[in-house]
Amino acid sequence: MSLTLLNVIVAVIIAIAFAALNAAYLVWAERRGAARIQRRPGPNINGPFGLFQPPLDGVKLMAKQLLIPGGVDKVLFMAAPVLAMAPAITSFVTLPFSDLIVGHNMHIGILLIFAFASIGGMSLLFAGWSSRNKYSMMSSVRAVSQAIAYEIPMLITVITVVMIAGTTDLMGIVKGQMGGFWHWNIFPFKAGLFNPLMLMSFLIFFTCSLAETNRAPFDLGEAESELVAGFHTEYGSMGFGLFFMAEYANIVIGASLTTILFLGGWDCPFGFFPGVWWFLLKIYLLIASFIWIRWTFPRTTIYGLLNLSWKILIPLSLFNLLLTAGLLKVF
Amino acid sequence: MNSSFLMSQAHALFSADGLAGLIFLIMVAVMLIGGLMACTSERLVRCVAGLVVCFVGVAGIYFYLNSPFVATMQMLIYVGAVSVTISFAIMLAAPEQSKKIGPSGPLSGPLGFLTAGLIFGGLAVLGCRTVWPVKPKINSGTMEDIGAQLLQNYSMVFELVSVVLLIAILGAIILARGGRNT
Repeated sequence: MSLTLLNVIVAVIIAIAFAALNAAYLVWAERRGAARIQRRPGPNINGPFGLFQPPLDGVKLMAKQLLIPGGVDKVLFMAAPVLAMAPAITSFVTLPFSDLIVGHNMHIGILLIFAFASIGGMSLLFAGWSSRNKYSMMSSVRAVSQAIAYEIPMLITVITVVMIAGTTDLMGIVKGQMGGFWHWNIFPFKAGLFNPLMLMSFLIFFTCSLAETNRAPFDLGEAESELVAGFHTEYGSMGFGLFFMAEYANIVIGASLTTILFLGGWDCPFGFFPGVWWFLLKIYLLIASFIWIRWTFPRTTIYGLLNLSWKILIPLSLFNLLLTAGLLKVF
Repeated sequence: MNSSFLMSQAHALFSADGLAGLIFLIMVAVMLIGGLMACTSERLVRCVAGLVVCFVGVAGIYFYLNSPFVATMQMLIYVGAVSVTISFAIMLAAPEQSKKIGPSGPLSGPLGFLTAGLIFGGLAVLGCRTVWPVKPKINSGTMEDIGAQLLQNYSMVFELVSVVLLIAILGAIILARGGRNT
């Protein structure tokens, strides 16, 4: 009992540290990447390649006064950033980074991550509503309708993968894909299961994780040109910092889930030296493509966004679910 | 639970059972605080926040009772879907802060307290008189077991639940049609 309790506490501390470090340095990577794509220098003054910029930003954010505007609903206003950050950290505890590095492996790991992700939607709603600002309010309504719309194809795709793997255990899903890239769920050249549409499922899941984390081209929730800064318009100092950290932690979780479900987790593409380095390589490649997409594509409209989900992604993912069920039944 | 049982619990607080009891009490407290927030807040959105806290407490109880699958479903469905839908309805209907809960109905005040007291007393008497047998475990509570039971032994219940959802959808359509000026 005490040992498992200690394990969980250590895992939570490591998860917080990992989330914070990733948030800090992904901001740096994003600003450098944006600058490179837009042909300007980016943060390059503090330290080599501007690497000291994130800790300095952190100090600045923490040293600023926590300003609460008059007229806001104080309890919900303070609770919202915490509610945004807490589920992100909790999800890290169940994510397996390799067959040895996992905080607490559960047989319903993937359900747990989606269950906690649903609290994130509530936090956006509370943040937007409690700010008493019409832009924040509109932004949170947009962000949540987007989150609901994209959760459906995402969960259907997850069900497809869970049916193939026969388990909701994240480790079990990875173990079912071991032994080279032709066994990964993205190209399932496995005995008895050849589903050419899994590549499409991967793209659906990737698109949905872009939308779920409110990233451009789907960042309608914080469309600066229309809504000032969206649901975190009224937040300053560390309240804003927590929303920012939660966004980047969610990006890491999205990339990790994509890796675990479709790209074989910590498996090596050619079957040797599986381990945590492959996992990290895969998730950072996915995150690099997140950044690349954000600074390359223009923002869509809210109608285009919702139509893409309800008219294209949901029918396609349902079709693939039926096809996979049929293939599993026949073979 | 009588007082000597509670005393022994307090002594054994740092044993496995004691910690489990403490977690149970924390979950019950979370549920009660959430319920009180939901009932007594003046702003409707705070009521929804209380409801969310209450649902999280219920999920904690399910987790404590060794069915993590039901607990995660409670979070996914009630926190992720039901509460978000309720808060959407509130935001669409009453976005101004000035709109608070309207005049109370005929059941509020002494009559409400009487009803609550009667229900509480009745449940308490029933709970004390019932013998609580410890039944053997029927399955391990995993997803496979629950799925198999739902589609085999309890398929009637499963189908009836979908009829309830159908009625809810029909009701929503009727309400939406009624509001149109055609």
